[in-house]
Amino acid sequence: MSTPGTHPVPTGLWAWRYILLRRVSQFGILLLFFGTAHWGWQVAKDTPLLAGNLSASKFIGLIPLADPFAVLQIFVAGHVLSREAVIGAAIVLGIYLLIGGRMFCAWVCPVNVVTDAAGWLRNKLDIKPIFHLSRSLRYFVLAATLVISLISGLAAFEWVSPIGMAHREIIFGLGMGFTALLAIFLFDLLILKHGWCGHLCPLGAFYGLVGKTAQLRVRFDKNTCTHCGECAKVCPEPQVLNLKKLEERGYVFSGECSNCGRCTPICPEGSLMFDLKPLIRSHNAQADALAVQRRTK
Amino acid sequence: MTEANVSRRDFLVKMAQGAALAGTGGLLWDHLLRQEARAHPYALRPPGALAEKDFNTACIKCGQCVIDCPPLILKLAPAGADLPIGTPYFVPRTGACIMCPDIPCMKACPTGALSPELQRIEDARMGLAVIDIENCLSWKGLRCEICHRECPLKGKAITLETHPRQISKHAMFVPLVHSDACTGCGICEKACPTTEAAIRILPHKLVQGKIGDHYRLGWTFETEITQDFKPAPEAPAPAPGKQDKPGGLDYLNMGDL
Repeated sequence: MSTPGTHPVPTGLWAWRYILLRRVSQFGILLLFFGTAHWGWQVAKDTPLLAGNLSASKFIGLIPLADPFAVLQIFVAGHVLSREAVIGAAIVLGIYLLIGGRMFCAWVCPVNVVTDAAGWLRNKLDIKPIFHLSRSLRYFVLAATLVISLISGLAAFEWVSPIGMAHREIIFGLGMGFTALLAIFLFDLLILKHGWCGHLCPLGAFYGLVGKTAQLRVRFDKNTCTHCGECAKVCPEPQVLNLKKLEERGYVFSGECSNCGRCTPICPEGSLMFDLKPLIRSHNAQADALAVQRRTK
Repeated sequence: MTEANVSRRDFLVKMAQGAALAGTGGLLWDHLLRQEARAHPYALRPPGALAEKDFNTACIKCGQCVIDCPPLILKLAPAGADLPIGTPYFVPRTGACIMCPDIPCMKACPTGALSPELQRIEDARMGLAVIDIENCLSWKGLRCEICHRECPLKGKAITLETHPRQISKHAMFVPLVHSDACTGCGICEKACPTTEAAIRILPHKLVQGKIGDHYRLGWTFETEITQDFKPAPEAPAPAPGKQDKPGGLDYLNMGDL
């Protein structure tokens, strides 16, 4: 094997496949909402395609969807929700329990486009950090959201959420919500790297907790990994790529991983790959056996 | 000071700092929320909306009512507007509720912020029409009456009353709004031909008074005391703890008078 850091990193469109796919997913979902609201997209007469926004919606007039965190806040704030909202939240929660909670962050959330841009520019301009903040802060913000919802009787995050503002105002008409996006962009760019998504956003924290049961994860092959560290350089949540834990588990275990897929094309050895959790164990066992064979030869 | 004391002290200070941060941050956040929620007391909500405070709690800001509204009059308040952020409202002057009998906006609501208890659109109470009689054409003596003719509940929500003027001028025909029938749809406000609408929809609590339960209107049929010598209806029981004096009728019937 050659020395770490000298491997050709894949370039071209193929290397960007997950970022492109994520943008298609993010803008596609936005387009479905927008088209339904503005151009009256429908699957049949009086059956709108995807009516609503990320807070709550109805797909093909049949399947209710709702933001489980918003529903939780409203419940804590003291409103007994109707069945439709609860079913919608359960459906969305079920999906994210399966594919990984923070898939929302990387594949659906419109703010991610802004913070990705800020992170990219920050790297380009090589802006030095001015202070350090614990990434666990978001869990305190999450707890505060629920406590304040309880005290004020208002869904605390929903009333200030830049995600909600941006999404609503793209779909239902412009206001000052874009200033919130601008603020996040500048905060991430100049003040704290990955500041909003990685440190503050309580919705991301919520989905981080939901992500613990994810069945779609990034597999880690300890036999081919050369510890070059390319993955941690591009990862917006580098703490999830803790080598010790990776070797122990054989995959990216932390719920904070958003399955953004940045690390998989960048890995020169192909040690990081998307895989389904039930298949990871057998794959890794096979790889281990192969490595042992190679060594004993 | 021993090592243990220092670390305990550090721990306590850290705890206090954390609590102070959480406390001030939380108070600010809470204050912001409450300010935002009472931003504009004039917001008119879609039919079936819960009382404003409960509505602000329950609305998930999804905009499904906006999409399902046939005349497309509903909007979601954007950030920075002086309306509770993200909640639906309508402005009657530019787009009035057409009172769909099947109430699609209410049916679209996933949380129950627009309450499914509203069965008939005629029972909706989005607001109440209020007339500025100084600028109403009918009150100037013209035969305008457009609000009356346009009203979907004409004859119930808005009636025309004659109002006498001085000799040699004909009586005026003036519109009168009845709160027991007016849904606050705003069609009158939209139709009003004056430059600024002389009839407007306002939330009930901003315009409607309350006389109090202790008044007996002896001349109305239901409460007529002398009608067939029926006993007067029971006065509402005073709040417990305030019962140091007997009520009105009891007081008059006591022996010491």
